[in-house]
Amino acid sequence: MAELAAEAVRVPAGVRHTSLQKFMRRRSTIAFAMTLPLIVLIVALVIYPAFYSMYLATLNKSMQRFVGLGNFEFLFRRATFWMVVKQSCIFAISAVFFKALIGFFVAHFVHTIPTKGQRKWRGMLMVPWVIPTAISTIGWFWLFDPSYSAFNWLLGKFGVDPVPWLGHPLWARFSVILVNVWYGAPFFMIMYLAALKSVPEQLYEAAAIDGANWFQRLWYITLPMMRNIIAITVLFSLIVTFANFDIVRILTAGGPVDQTHVFATWAFLLGIQGNDIPLGAAVSLFMLPILGVSAIFILRGVRRRTIEA
Amino acid sequence: MAEVALRRVVKMFEKTPAVRGIDLEIADKEFIVLVGPSGCGKSTTLRMIAGLEETTAGEIWIGGDLVNDVPPKDRDIAMVFQNYALYPHMTVFENMSFGLRLKRFPKSEIKARVEAAARILDITDLLDRRPKQLSGGQRQRVAMGRAIVRNPKVFLFDEPLSNLDAKLRVQMRTEIKKVHQKVMTTTVYVTHDQVEAMTLADRVVVMNQGRIDQIGTPHELYHAPKTKFVAGFIGSPAMNFVPATLEANAAALSVRLPNGIAFRVPEDRTERYRPFVGRPVLFGLRPEHITEPRGMLHPDQQVFDVALDVVEPMGMETMVYFVMDGAEVCGRVDPSSAREVGEKMRLVADLRHMHLIDPETEEVL
Repeated sequence: MAELAAEAVRVPAGVRHTSLQKFMRRRSTIAFAMTLPLIVLIVALVIYPAFYSMYLATLNKSMQRFVGLGNFEFLFRRATFWMVVKQSCIFAISAVFFKALIGFFVAHFVHTIPTKGQRKWRGMLMVPWVIPTAISTIGWFWLFDPSYSAFNWLLGKFGVDPVPWLGHPLWARFSVILVNVWYGAPFFMIMYLAALKSVPEQLYEAAAIDGANWFQRLWYITLPMMRNIIAITVLFSLIVTFANFDIVRILTAGGPVDQTHVFATWAFLLGIQGNDIPLGAAVSLFMLPILGVSAIFILRGVRRRTIEA
Repeated sequence: MAEVALRRVVKMFEKTPAVRGIDLEIADKEFIVLVGPSGCGKSTTLRMIAGLEETTAGEIWIGGDLVNDVPPKDRDIAMVFQNYALYPHMTVFENMSFGLRLKRFPKSEIKARVEAAARILDITDLLDRRPKQLSGGQRQRVAMGRAIVRNPKVFLFDEPLSNLDAKLRVQMRTEIKKVHQKVMTTTVYVTHDQVEAMTLADRVVVMNQGRIDQIGTPHELYHAPKTKFVAGFIGSPAMNFVPATLEANAAALSVRLPNGIAFRVPEDRTERYRPFVGRPVLFGLRPEHITEPRGMLHPDQQVFDVALDVVEPMGMETMVYFVMDGAEVCGRVDPSSAREVGEKMRLVADLRHMHLIDPETEEVL
């Protein structure tokens, strides 16, 4: 030890070398180094574009003059903007609600299948979530076709008049939500299935002996035990659904008469197709406060329950 | 309060038999312990009484009613699980009152019952806590409290002490016995720990491979086991078994061990053993009946010499191990006469407590 120290005094370069080694060996340094690739990705693909779009939103159409909050003022005065806000909310909330509901019931059914046969059902039920949405949505687009589609053909067999699936505002809204639910329910199913599997079987047995019937077991045991998973899954899905672009873009492109636009498709229409990038940026930025507020509420509940439990 | 009866009860898991036809009559207020090694069917039997498993065949009666097709909630039973199965999102009060709330008892009655049970179990201060904030022993008490408030016909315990450390286990064992003396409810208790079985039970049911080997009071099982399995399972350390042959010399019988030692069979047993003369048998004697010579020896206490293999001082006693013709034998001597390994020692076998076992049927002769 003493010899080593003496050597270090004689050779200052050696000292620097060891302190650098020490720095490299510190846990925080290692942790930072290992997360660096992710940090770089987030900065490049999320943080930089986010700030850039904030900057863009303050420019005029030709992107040459600073207009401050002018773009927002302009949006607030337009009825279409408020319609898009309303539609985005309807779209996201109803789609997430049905995804959560269907996912919950399907997860229950799958959970009751004996383990041996469960894998293939899980696999099949995940298919909608695994196929690239652009491809599966085109499939749905054909199913919705007013004159030649399978749906209307089937309805015709029962003597029902053809339905303008994508042509009538109400049906078009229904259709985009339906496809989104079809696409997103498997995600809820798999999350809930994992949560269900983590509920100890003995809790149900204890409840059965305590006198709980099927519904009471669901209400008093399953749901409280799954609350955190449900909250986090709903939040995550709410964010993704709010920002949905591909399904609406492919099925209706926002039509008829802008009645199915959501934030992302309308921002695309104004910014890219309408050549007013600052206005498009302003529209897309508007999702931020809505999602931020809901995230705070949901995560606060999750944290409270984690502390309680 | 009720009696419980099992008649020819069978349970198959697909094609594997777990319980192979058992008969058991449990009297009102009796404390019955089902004991046996893991996989012997004791937990399955308990779960069938609870209604958590269906019977493949046979009948289960609780309080004079056939309950085979009655769901658990209508059997009026309460169960304490090994890992307590407390509802993690409910407070202790909510856990204990859950069954009563489902049955829509008036609030005042629920409160009174929970508080009474909490007093019995000394958990009044814990009623507002959640299971996560409790120690293992406290959770165990809450699980028992949840059973008591229901005031059921039968208590079922499924290895309730297995998750506790050794010291707490002994303490809770006493606690369970006290609770039973206070509430006097028919109790079926499952454990793999023979000490728990012996200390708690009015009668012990020893199960082995899906069958009942013997039912009896702890005293009967210890002194008069019916099979080799029961003889070896009850008592710790286990009974010694040494292969031997039964020989007749004039009026007396003796057990000859392969190393030449012959023990004379006590007179009162000669008639019982006479039909087995000349046959190979297993000679069984508990460690506590192999000691150092103390005072005047009874004629049925016979001395023999051994070389000690292992010496285990336990404090209040010392276990000595030696080999008798391949079979390891354990004796229990006074710690003050403690010996060293390799030393020759004179020991006394108290043959008044010997057992002979038929090696083929494994039944005690």
